[in-house]
Amino acid sequence: MTRFMSNGGVSRRGVLKGATAIGAAALVTPWGTPLRAQPTRGGTLRVAISTGGTTDSLDPGSWDSEFMNFQAHTRNGFLTEIATDGSIVPELAESWEATDDAVVWTFRIREGVQFHSGHVLTAEDVVASINHHRGPDNTSAAAPIVADIAEITADGMTVTVTLSAGNADFPFVMSDYHLPILPAQADGTIDPSTTDGCGPFRLDNIEFGVRADYTRHDGYWKEGLPYFDAVEQILIFDNAARQNALISGEVDYIDSADLNTVHLLERAPGINVLSITGMQHYGLPMDTRAAPFDDNNVRQALKYAINREQLVETILNGYGTVGNDHPIGPGQRFFNTELEQKEFDPDRVAFYLREAGLDSLSVDIHLADAAFAGAVDAGILYSESAAAAGVTINVVREPNDGYWSNVWMQKPFAGTYWGGRPTEDWMFATAYAEGVPWNESYWSNERFNELLVAARSELDEDIRREMYFEMQDIVANEGGTIIPMFANYVGAYSDALAHGDQIASNWRNDGHRMSERWWFAS
Amino acid sequence: MSHIWIMIAKRLGLGVVTLFVVSLIIFLGTELLPGDFAQEILGQAATPETVAALRERLGLNDPMHIRYINWLTDIARGELGVSLANGQSVSDLIGRRLGNTLLLALYAAAIAVPLSLMLGILAALFRNSFFDRFANASALTSISFPEFFVAYILIFFLAGAGGVFPSISNFRTDPSFDEFLYRAFLPALTLTLVVTAHMMRMTRAAIINLLASPYIEMARLKGMSPMRIIVKHALPNALAPIINVIALNLAYLITGVVVVEVVFVYPGLGQLMVDSVAARDMPVVQGVALVFAAAYVLLNLTADVLATLSNPRLVHRR
Amino acid sequence: MGFLTGLFWLAAVIVGAMAAGWVFRTAVIAVSPHGVAREFRTMPLTAGFGLLMIVIYVLVAVFAPAIAPFSETAIVGREYQAWDNVHLLGTDNLGRDMLSRLIYGARNTVGIAFATTALAFILGSVLGLLAAVVGGWLDQLLSRMVDVLMAIPALIFALLLLTIVGTSVINMILVIAVIDATRVYRLARAVAMNIVVMDYVEAAKLRGEGLWRLITREILPNALAPLVAEFGLRFCFVFLTISALSFLGLGIQPPTADWGSMVRDNATLISFGDITPLLPAGAIALLTVSVNFVVDWQLHRASGLRE
Repeated sequence: MTRFMSNGGVSRRGVLKGATAIGAAALVTPWGTPLRAQPTRGGTLRVAISTGGTTDSLDPGSWDSEFMNFQAHTRNGFLTEIATDGSIVPELAESWEATDDAVVWTFRIREGVQFHSGHVLTAEDVVASINHHRGPDNTSAAAPIVADIAEITADGMTVTVTLSAGNADFPFVMSDYHLPILPAQADGTIDPSTTDGCGPFRLDNIEFGVRADYTRHDGYWKEGLPYFDAVEQILIFDNAARQNALISGEVDYIDSADLNTVHLLERAPGINVLSITGMQHYGLPMDTRAAPFDDNNVRQALKYAINREQLVETILNGYGTVGNDHPIGPGQRFFNTELEQKEFDPDRVAFYLREAGLDSLSVDIHLADAAFAGAVDAGILYSESAAAAGVTINVVREPNDGYWSNVWMQKPFAGTYWGGRPTEDWMFATAYAEGVPWNESYWSNERFNELLVAARSELDEDIRREMYFEMQDIVANEGGTIIPMFANYVGAYSDALAHGDQIASNWRNDGHRMSERWWFAS
Repeated sequence: MSHIWIMIAKRLGLGVVTLFVVSLIIFLGTELLPGDFAQEILGQAATPETVAALRERLGLNDPMHIRYINWLTDIARGELGVSLANGQSVSDLIGRRLGNTLLLALYAAAIAVPLSLMLGILAALFRNSFFDRFANASALTSISFPEFFVAYILIFFLAGAGGVFPSISNFRTDPSFDEFLYRAFLPALTLTLVVTAHMMRMTRAAIINLLASPYIEMARLKGMSPMRIIVKHALPNALAPIINVIALNLAYLITGVVVVEVVFVYPGLGQLMVDSVAARDMPVVQGVALVFAAAYVLLNLTADVLATLSNPRLVHRR
Repeated sequence: MGFLTGLFWLAAVIVGAMAAGWVFRTAVIAVSPHGVAREFRTMPLTAGFGLLMIVIYVLVAVFAPAIAPFSETAIVGREYQAWDNVHLLGTDNLGRDMLSRLIYGARNTVGIAFATTALAFILGSVLGLLAAVVGGWLDQLLSRMVDVLMAIPALIFALLLLTIVGTSVINMILVIAVIDATRVYRLARAVAMNIVVMDYVEAAKLRGEGLWRLITREILPNALAPLVAEFGLRFCFVFLTISALSFLGLGIQPPTADWGSMVRDNATLISFGDITPLLPAGAIALLTVSVNFVVDWQLHRASGLRE
């Protein structure tokens, strides 16, 4: 059952209203009845998370692992929230408005929000929390996304942000998990090692790489939330151990299931598999400055030489969808529905090779499983299908350790993964705009760059959609990255747990907000 | 007895030198690893600017020998430094984990050592019998399975649906003793299966080795029971190699159990070490390496002292 | 009932193994020349069985391409097919034939483990014997170096070194061999130390025999028994180290078939009661048990204990 619910009925109603719809469809249990029980309070949610380490830290600028991401939303409040349907809704900001050019944004801060320490939220807290990631020599991982903020000021209960260039999606940026709102100190900065927060749960204890324990925040401002009394968050790195913990009832929820055996897990009694199509995608970037990848005909030939269906079936065990060489997920606002889906096509490979003036093509691809789970296997499958189309692809296996520093963006043809970004602009600006640090294929396209800047501050939805459609077309047919598949987030949970009709798809774990969105069915 | 004290002092001195060389090797090793802390910790989020800023802030731009000497002077003052990743004090980080690791090692040893001595003695007593071969074959089988696999099998039978023991030993800080014994049972059992064979075989071999010697022959001719011969006459003289192999296995239980830690989600030192190596968190890597090396040196020293004490000829030699 | 059935099968397996051992021993004695046959007559059934197994493993390893129904790396079906007539043991997580990979695994796994153990033994025992015979500063230097290397946990040291030098098969053999050689060195040196003080060695020294001759003629033959015994266990430990490294992602690299990684790749199946991952693990266990049976026999012969 679970495998089909992923993306079937993407809600499009948000599109007309100007909100986003990244969302997933309603969930059904293995028995086919919707989970629609009245939420009840009580119980301790025990969650097993798959990535994290002893090297995690409390500094929001360093949050990177699923463990800290889950912690971020369990302990903290954010200015804005991405709702389960993918639209942006107010959280600590009650409302916001922008100037016509989307340059100046004014956020009205919610009154009477209590931190776990008893401190009451002020506009200064917001400014201090954002400023933590700004300024020269800042080491925060969120520094690039707040780099466009020219000025941020507090006045009473409003915060005014002036950008260096218009950005119609700025409220989305404020929902980023690196940007929790923390109490300001006297000197106008936050204490990055604080355990305080204004989220649904109070953090009692955290041992990096091991576990975190939370109890319910009784003064939480959201009426009636959260449902759980306490949360226990455990890091379980090993796939089998995580699955065993769920089967033996040690935990109620695992954030990630082993794709090799998830079909068996589905049959286990009392266990539901959760499979969500989001924006997570796997890619094979080519260095467009280096021969032979500097010729778009070669890139097109390589794009037609990959068997996408086979990769989804084998590498993702069916838990995913085929990609179309651009990074926009099928559930996103401006996903190009008119673009022709690329398929394995030896004739076109031959055609493009002729166009490139080549008799044969032989390239090395550098992969490690650090790029994405199953990357090396994917490379082996790719080389088999490419061989059938007359292209030789040698898979060079690289060590996992150090992959991101020594192979990625260093070798001309490698592997990568992206968790995706909640908006088209954010994704394109991060990895496809000319000259940005993560432009993996060193790709530059004049028309694309123009459109990117124009679309960013365009407030008319229809014009914007047209622009993003064209950009997806350009990336797919001229870009330097092969994106063969979108990988679902596949987790599993005990049927003692219940959740709302819709599950967010912006991150795992119901947008990492399951501790306030889920409850125990009574 | 005084020469034992001299030996201990000498060995301790040598141990300090060993620790120093170990720290040097580990330091050079981490330096040779591709990538550095700033790149690893920022991962895919590493832009050239943030990497440079982080390096600057953590003093990673200093030349390698300066950083090593800085670290060494800290050690001389009794400080292990702070983790690059989260600023926690390395001694705090290690302290908690070391407690867990030692507890698990003790737990496993408390089962494995008596068990393997007993099996070893019985196997020597009934050598070449069915029991001997069976014990031997089972012990060998148990160590020929990879650790994680033994763990999965135990989990399947003893935890799992309707199982008796928990499949992961996650406990909050400071569990009660009973709860610890219960939650850590499966990892302890796994480790027992892993180390028993080596100790048992050594016990058996060391005893059988002595059975051909004339004084045992003498005792046998006097009509002593085989059990008495082994326990009273053979075992005391076979103690030295047995103690040695026990020490080796105890050292293994402390330093080599990262896989078992991973499978049972047991918060021990091994996982801390692997994480820190992956993140190039040098102060933590160095700290843990020192603890491991110290454990090894001390256990070996203890084994040698015990072996010496077990042999009157060595105690009273001039 | 389940327990009794289990006991029955266990007994059946033991009886079967002993019978195979007996048949093999009889056959070997029949075809061997007289002198050799006498040696084999003293062979216990367990050792006979062990030897038979080793012979079978070696044959499988050598003739893998001829025996295996499919290629080692080719994807021949859907992933996780059940056992059937075409794929006798089903297929693995990529749809490769399990039986073929098991057969090729014998070649890779046994080959690599044997090469590593052998290298560790050559390195460790040569240096150990040398240290014992020459003594003095050489002994001090080598022993202190070994002390330092042994103080670093083997698995973590291997992890560190392999990350530095990269995970090729050659690197892995070298790294594990060097680390294991320290253990062999200690044993070899300890054993040789006891022999060096013997009168016949003194006599040989006085005769003016060279170092090489002294080691190979006088010391090695007398130190062989404990070294051989250690070889058996070391062989197990090398297997274990390689599979632990695979578990941590640094072992033998795919698509090469190796039993350790095959166990790891399919290990989650055991949570669901599927025994397929037991097969490669069982293959490892059977071989190590066999090796150690043979080693025990040799050890027993060498110890001179006759009962």
